[in-house]
Amino acid sequence: MTALTVALTLILAITAVSFVAGRQKSLSLVNGQLSTLHSLPGHYGSYVLLWCLIPGLLVVLLWTAIGPGWIESIIAGQLMAENPDLTKAQLDLLLNDLRNQMAGDVISRDVDSGFQDHAKAYASMIGQGQIYTAAIAILVTLVGGFVAYGQINPRLRARNRVEGVIRLVMIISSTVAVLGTAGIVLSLIFETGRFFEQVSFIEFLFGLHWSPQIALRADQVASAGAFGAVPLFAGTLLITFIAMLVAVPIGLMSAIYMTQYADDRMRSLIKPVLEVLAGVPTVVYGFFAALVVAPFFREAGEAIGLTVASESALAAGLVMGIMIIPFMSSLSDDALTAVPQSMRDGAYALGATKAETIRNVLIPAALPGIVGAFLLSVSRAIGETMIVVMAAGLAANLTANPLEAVTTVTVQIVTLLTGDQEFDSAKTLAAFALGLVLFAVTLALNVVALRVVQKYREQYE
Amino acid sequence: MSNPAAQQPTNWMSDDMQRRIKRRYAADTRFKFYGIGAIGLAMVILVLLLGSIIVRGIPGFMQTQINLDVYINPAKFSGIEQAATPEDAEKIIMSADYTALYRDTLRERFPEVSGRSDIVALSRLISSGGRETLRNLVLADQSVIGTTQDVWLPAAGDVHSLATGSMSRETPEGERRLKDNEISWVDQLEADGDVRTVLSNDFFTKGASREPELAGIWGAVVGSFLTLIVTLLISFPIGVATAVYLEEFAPKNRWSDLIEVNINNLAAVPSIVYGLLGLAIFLNVFHLPRSAPLVGGMTLALMTLPTIIIAARAALKAVPPSIRDAATGLGASKVQVTFHHVLPLAMPGVLTGTIIGMAQALGETAPLLMIGMVAFVVDIPGGIMDASTVLPVQIFLWADFPEKGFEEKTAAAILILLTFLILMNAIAVFLRSRFERKW
Repeated sequence: MTALTVALTLILAITAVSFVAGRQKSLSLVNGQLSTLHSLPGHYGSYVLLWCLIPGLLVVLLWTAIGPGWIESIIAGQLMAENPDLTKAQLDLLLNDLRNQMAGDVISRDVDSGFQDHAKAYASMIGQGQIYTAAIAILVTLVGGFVAYGQINPRLRARNRVEGVIRLVMIISSTVAVLGTAGIVLSLIFETGRFFEQVSFIEFLFGLHWSPQIALRADQVASAGAFGAVPLFAGTLLITFIAMLVAVPIGLMSAIYMTQYADDRMRSLIKPVLEVLAGVPTVVYGFFAALVVAPFFREAGEAIGLTVASESALAAGLVMGIMIIPFMSSLSDDALTAVPQSMRDGAYALGATKAETIRNVLIPAALPGIVGAFLLSVSRAIGETMIVVMAAGLAANLTANPLEAVTTVTVQIVTLLTGDQEFDSAKTLAAFALGLVLFAVTLALNVVALRVVQKYREQYE
Repeated sequence: MSNPAAQQPTNWMSDDMQRRIKRRYAADTRFKFYGIGAIGLAMVILVLLLGSIIVRGIPGFMQTQINLDVYINPAKFSGIEQAATPEDAEKIIMSADYTALYRDTLRERFPEVSGRSDIVALSRLISSGGRETLRNLVLADQSVIGTTQDVWLPAAGDVHSLATGSMSRETPEGERRLKDNEISWVDQLEADGDVRTVLSNDFFTKGASREPELAGIWGAVVGSFLTLIVTLLISFPIGVATAVYLEEFAPKNRWSDLIEVNINNLAAVPSIVYGLLGLAIFLNVFHLPRSAPLVGGMTLALMTLPTIIIAARAALKAVPPSIRDAATGLGASKVQVTFHHVLPLAMPGVLTGTIIGMAQALGETAPLLMIGMVAFVVDIPGGIMDASTVLPVQIFLWADFPEKGFEEKTAAAILILLTFLILMNAIAVFLRSRFERKW
């Protein structure tokens, strides 16, 4: 990294100098008569600066993006030439070890002289590449700077060019959001595709048996693991259902109270409570569920003669519901305040009490918004991870009994992917298939929720 | 048409009607109380949540220590006089048997204790961190060898539980982690004033440990800090640039629609899916180091991006068009109008949104589990490429440890995390109230 660090520092220094130089040149060209310049002196400075910075940085970026991969492919060629029997996996492992050796990490391999030689060759090639890159980057920076400096004259449209670059930077930034979505979709679909090469699609979506643990011996029963995800879907739905039983009444009623009954003083008391509940990290709710709520339910169950699993769906769902209360409440709040006052006034004029107005006029009018809030809350509950990881079970259990332990999609994703295992096994790939299901379901819920809200909102506007 | 004369006017004073009105008013009052009940329930839950964590967390900040007069026996440092270089001497000091030093002191103190297992139990009253304390003492000054030193050594986790009352003496001996004789030794030490419980230095300055009494939060705090820096450096410029572009420059076409749809999508994606993205792309395609704050920060940056963009757009929208018109009228270009006038005026709102986004990122756990930040990291991370963990992940890990002592460490770590979150939100509220203008 050293040669590149030096290069970057130098580039930055040259850039700083170039700005001052460009600015000075433009000023001296017109003897300080600003009105005869096309752009402000700062624009000329920035113009030279950009010509220095962008080419230099591009060279460095290009090297970081493709340099190591290119050198690796050379090394891989050498390794293959030495030992033609090398399989793809062995080659990857070897390269990985070389990489780790470079980074100074501990590697699980006898460091013999052959390996040492390759490691040395690898290191020296990387080092040389960096030195060449650094040299080229500095050269490009200087050339760019001089060219731009030479171009400066009072008629140069420096401002327009600099602003063009700024616009370009903004456009590139705005594509990151698109790239993010594309990255999520593509990585999920790609890995899921590899998963379905090993496990049938039908078995995954409709299979009733989930035990992804790969057996130690090949002849063991179910040695390939069973990947029927129905128990996970059922568990997720059970916990979501319990969460909604808690969140919808409490969230909706507190929104109604906040918007219809509470005065300003009350509101200023209640709002922070809901905001704090909304701001508590989910891992804290997980701790609360696992160490306070779950033991309480187990003991309460024992006291009345019920067996409650220590990782019961009830505890996880209840705490998840608590987490969702503020979310449900603030979304319903928006829906309720959007209903025009005239509708309420009309109801009062007919002699309806406040509760009757709310029940028969306000809620029906706000229903699309409330349904939207409900759908968004469900989507939130389905995607919630930490509470269930800490408080729900690990074993896939197809049951509708809230006192038993169930597992969820998110719990399985976490269990499958934490800990070390090779990345090609069906076990790790299954996590991506589950992730895709999760992504698709939450996205669909969100789209439907938005549609419902949009479609019905205009009625009162 | 019916005959109007046949229709009786409603007698509102009749008993039936009065009862009906009473019933309706009662229903009205009931409905109001449902609302109060819901709010009250939310408040009770919040109090229970915070209360249970505070009660559990306070002993977690403390460390119980035992005072001993330890004779630094020169026999354990044989060869140190002949050591040629300071490095050799250091090697001897590093490898000396410090357990034996305090075990001897304890045996002198409790001469009645005999039998191998009892002596082991006796020396186990001191945490394994006691070795480190003594080693540091000798490392700092070699002249202590051969003298008797009056030192406070960290007590074992079980002694701490006993001292802070989380281990009850009433529990039958078989279910208690400390046996009766061990408790009597602690009591004897306590009677001599040689047991104290103080604010734990280790908790605030060390990394993770297998021993609850030695485990510290500092490693996770540093990891969180590094991760958040990366997140901020990526998401703030990109988020603000995107918001400015969409709000001020973008033509209304399919491309800008696509960007908007994607931003809304990203805001709705469950956080764990970002972890899958980080794993598949940053780790498996780009071969970035596992468990590094760099990768964690990049993953979280993508997650906070929608929050920042949405907040920044709202702030930009709130700047009145007259500002833009005035600047344009004075000859400023579109870029100058935006960056010299509109953006500075929108900055308080943008910063508020950014801080709220950062607070979310600070509390996020699930995506970081996917990219390997669950590693057991003892060292304090020194840079964004080092293996590290973050506060919420540390909480998750400690909550999973079976030792009872970790429960209070977890709660203490939660209190620290909540303090940071409250601080960040307070700054956001302050910024909003102090600098945001109403036009």
